[in-house]
Amino acid sequence: MKKYKDVLFDPIFNNNPIGRQILGICSALAVTSKLETSIVMSMAVIFVLSFSNLSVSMIRKHIPNNIRIIVEMTIIASLVIIADQIIKAYAFDISKQLSVYVGLIITNCIIMGRAEAFALQNPPVVSFIDGIGNGLGYSFVLLVVGFFRELLGSGQLLGYQVLKLSTDGGWYVQNGLFLLSPSAFFLIGFMIWVIRTWKPEQVEEE
Amino acid sequence: MSSDSTKKTIFVALGVCFVCSVLVSTTAVSLNSIQKNNQKREKLKNILAAGDLLQKETTIEKTYQTNIDPVVIDIGSGKLLREDGVPPDLNIQNFDLKDVSKDPRLSETIPPDEDIANIKRRPKYMVVYRVMEGDSVSKYILPIYGKGLWSTMYGFIALDDDLRTIRGFTFYDHGETPGLGGEVDNPKWKQTWEGKMAFDQNRQLRIQVLKGSVDPSDPNSKFKVDGLSGSTLTTRGVDQLVRYWLGENGYGPFFDYLREEKS
Repeated sequence: MKKYKDVLFDPIFNNNPIGRQILGICSALAVTSKLETSIVMSMAVIFVLSFSNLSVSMIRKHIPNNIRIIVEMTIIASLVIIADQIIKAYAFDISKQLSVYVGLIITNCIIMGRAEAFALQNPPVVSFIDGIGNGLGYSFVLLVVGFFRELLGSGQLLGYQVLKLSTDGGWYVQNGLFLLSPSAFFLIGFMIWVIRTWKPEQVEEE
Repeated sequence: MSSDSTKKTIFVALGVCFVCSVLVSTTAVSLNSIQKNNQKREKLKNILAAGDLLQKETTIEKTYQTNIDPVVIDIGSGKLLREDGVPPDLNIQNFDLKDVSKDPRLSETIPPDEDIANIKRRPKYMVVYRVMEGDSVSKYILPIYGKGLWSTMYGFIALDDDLRTIRGFTFYDHGETPGLGGEVDNPKWKQTWEGKMAFDQNRQLRIQVLKGSVDPSDPNSKFKVDGLSGSTLTTRGVDQLVRYWLGENGYGPFFDYLREEKS
């Protein structure tokens, strides 16, 4: 049991795909201007990552080595299309805001990376849990970044006005920088610094 | 059998492709009707947005029902068709430009020298949406479409009852680059269209989308709209499609018809 727990929770702080492995930054910059899009994107990534790990692991003993990457890509791409279709059907407004970024989950390095590094060597159940764990690690960063960007950028959380804006007669002056992608860089950098101060063993040797 | 043999490689490749394609097509087919519905709602929402009628209190369908009166016009002659004159193939409530402009019975090819919006075919009949205030029309919401950089962009332009002032502008379907040409969806940019004049006093079509921004001190600035930075070709597409549809080969005859009606 302990093994499963480690596989599930390690990627959140100890081996975070964004914070430690520095993977999947592109989408983390693009979709985090609001908390809502971050949540939907996180769910899509967890779905794709866990099921791609599961399927790759199930057929890992049968995948011919020379077409390994293509088989993985086919599975990942199919899962991404399914996720995209579901979002388009049940969360149409959000799908418009996410635009191409759901489709771009295919190229998210985390998913390919976990299939190659974990699912090919491990049995299905633990691979599935590894997928969820890494998805959670990704989500954790996305949600924190999305939370601060929406709060500081537009004074809202999930679309509700939390800080009253000076343009509406309140006290909070909007920080437009947080609505632009570069702010996610600062926030992610800041998060990496906090995590590595808290867990110094993550600091790379010079 | 080893996993690396040719036979097994082909077998695994085909198997994976088969399973994946079944999964993908099942999802796509089973969710299709919900997605179609979403798109229909999106279109209604854009009609209302172009007419500045979007309200939070009531549903989209209700606002549409009470404020909008769709009518069919004959593009060539500009005349309004009565209910019995509407071709049976034409569905007023579900009028879809994409389907209609492909249908040989309901559309026609445009001569290449007139085709500045780069659309090749246009419908013979068009559904235009009248915004009603009591019994009188306050605005006309006209469907427009044309080629951008990558895609055909479909949208609406709302004209005031004076047939000169632009009251709203929006696209409901396009495939331009997100962040660049996709900024045609930017609410701030769409707002800049409001109050611009499409025609001058002599009924000359004057509206144009610039490359760059409008100089506010320019006496003709009311005829000019800012271009989108970083998307010259999408901007040019918008400019051309607006001038095509408001021009003689687009809604020109319809405007003449309306003016005659009024006088």
